[in-house]
Amino acid sequence: MAFISVFDVIGPNMIGPSSSHTAGACAIAYLAQKMKSGTLVKAVFTLYGSFARTYRGHGTDRALLGGIMGFSTDDVRIRDSFSIARERGIEFCFHVDEKETDVHPNTVDIRMTGENGETMTVRGESLGGGKVRIVRINQVQVDFTGEYNALIIIQQDKPGVAAHITRCLGDKKINIAFMRIFRESRGQKAYTIVETDDLLCADIQDELLENPGIMDVMIVQKEENRGEADDGF
Amino acid sequence: MTDFKSAKDLLELCGAGQCLISDVMKQRECELGETAMDKVCRRMERALDIMKQSAFTPLKSPIKSMGGLIGGEAAKLERRCRDGMDIGGDVLSRGITYAMAVLEVNASMGLIVAAPTAGSAGVVPGLLLSLQQKYNYPDERVRDVLFNAGAIGYLAMRNATVAGAVGGCQAEAGVAAAMAASAAVELMEGTPQQSLYAASTVLMNMLGLVCDPVRGLVEYPCQNRNAAGVANALIAAEIALSGIRQLISFDEMLDTMYLVGKKIPYELRETALGGCAATPSGCGACGLS
Repeated sequence: MAFISVFDVIGPNMIGPSSSHTAGACAIAYLAQKMKSGTLVKAVFTLYGSFARTYRGHGTDRALLGGIMGFSTDDVRIRDSFSIARERGIEFCFHVDEKETDVHPNTVDIRMTGENGETMTVRGESLGGGKVRIVRINQVQVDFTGEYNALIIIQQDKPGVAAHITRCLGDKKINIAFMRIFRESRGQKAYTIVETDDLLCADIQDELLENPGIMDVMIVQKEENRGEADDGF
Repeated sequence: MTDFKSAKDLLELCGAGQCLISDVMKQRECELGETAMDKVCRRMERALDIMKQSAFTPLKSPIKSMGGLIGGEAAKLERRCRDGMDIGGDVLSRGITYAMAVLEVNASMGLIVAAPTAGSAGVVPGLLLSLQQKYNYPDERVRDVLFNAGAIGYLAMRNATVAGAVGGCQAEAGVAAAMAASAAVELMEGTPQQSLYAASTVLMNMLGLVCDPVRGLVEYPCQNRNAAGVANALIAAEIALSGIRQLISFDEMLDTMYLVGKKIPYELRETALGGCAATPSGCGACGLS
């Protein structure tokens, strides 16, 4: 785990009212949209536990919708995310599931549909203080927090793909903090999540995609690097 | 490597180089976060900017909360201060005005800085901005003592909790007030030891406070408790600055706050099942009665 920074105490800078129910919700949706390439046309949110019970008064719905449009937790547009989503032509709806109890108290499933009809479902948990964790992509259990710069790689489960990934990173002198592979089943689709100490530049995507086993690559910079990386590349 | 795990370690680091708590915390951030000092300071300046906006905006433009339980309190308090009618004195009356303003912004989905949490975000800016106005401190001084507040909050996060659901309001508003008190002591040129005495005093005076938000929303009584946090921080800072020592150290008070927090019944830890939330009026506000 990363160290407790002074900005974990005097921070996060966030749209209120709740770090878990508002900022955390926004952060989960932000990570979810980063994990999917292409233009989003529809988002369906299913809320569990405390999210399901208190989401309106905490603005959890607006925060989720803001996050799915790429707003960060301190973006003042979150309050108006409903009207902004409508302007952008993004269809959205919220469901509550109060029957499912075998989940973390603040859990949401986000089903995203792209312009070509492709879908991806991401499950996230809000852990408190704005900290979050992505625990499922489609039907695969994963574990990803967004606290490091990260690559989300969708690939074929076959030999040589992981070696290609580590070589690309090594060539660029990017140090791997954590790397895990999660798969649907043997030989099927797999997800590699690489968390790195160093900033990830956009050209790493093209190099990774040179391997035919790799279908898609997404970059999620850690929060304090987001502005920097966008300006720099 | 500049790091500390307890207030005792922190005091030793201060003592060794005759440093302030804020100096140690800044150095720690640069080293552990592998970041340059100017970048760390700039990031804190941004936090201070947001604190100011959230403390001052509702004085002129009252905002209704999402849940509808609060809104407009800061403007009412501001009017009393402006008319010279306030009975608390400048520092306290302004302090509670700003603290309640920040909660108003928070509850209406405005931008705030959690310090250490969103529900307790009013206490630190409340007291520090009030002192800044009274004594005309430049922004850099206030920015610096926010690192002092951060050191106290970091110890609470590391060695206890700052979550109302785990330790009650004493862990949220209580820790926020401890942070504010310690930072206020440094701002007023007290010693690191006096800062820690002040933080210890606050935890003592707010020990056992439960978390019982009406309808489960971060509105009521949270906003009142932020004002109470400012008052408690001011009391503790005054006591410490006068040279009064405390029998119980901040480390020990953190431990005991955590132990007491774990003994607080589930109904009184952010579940909205007890305390203010379960009063007839509290329930009436949620349509459950």
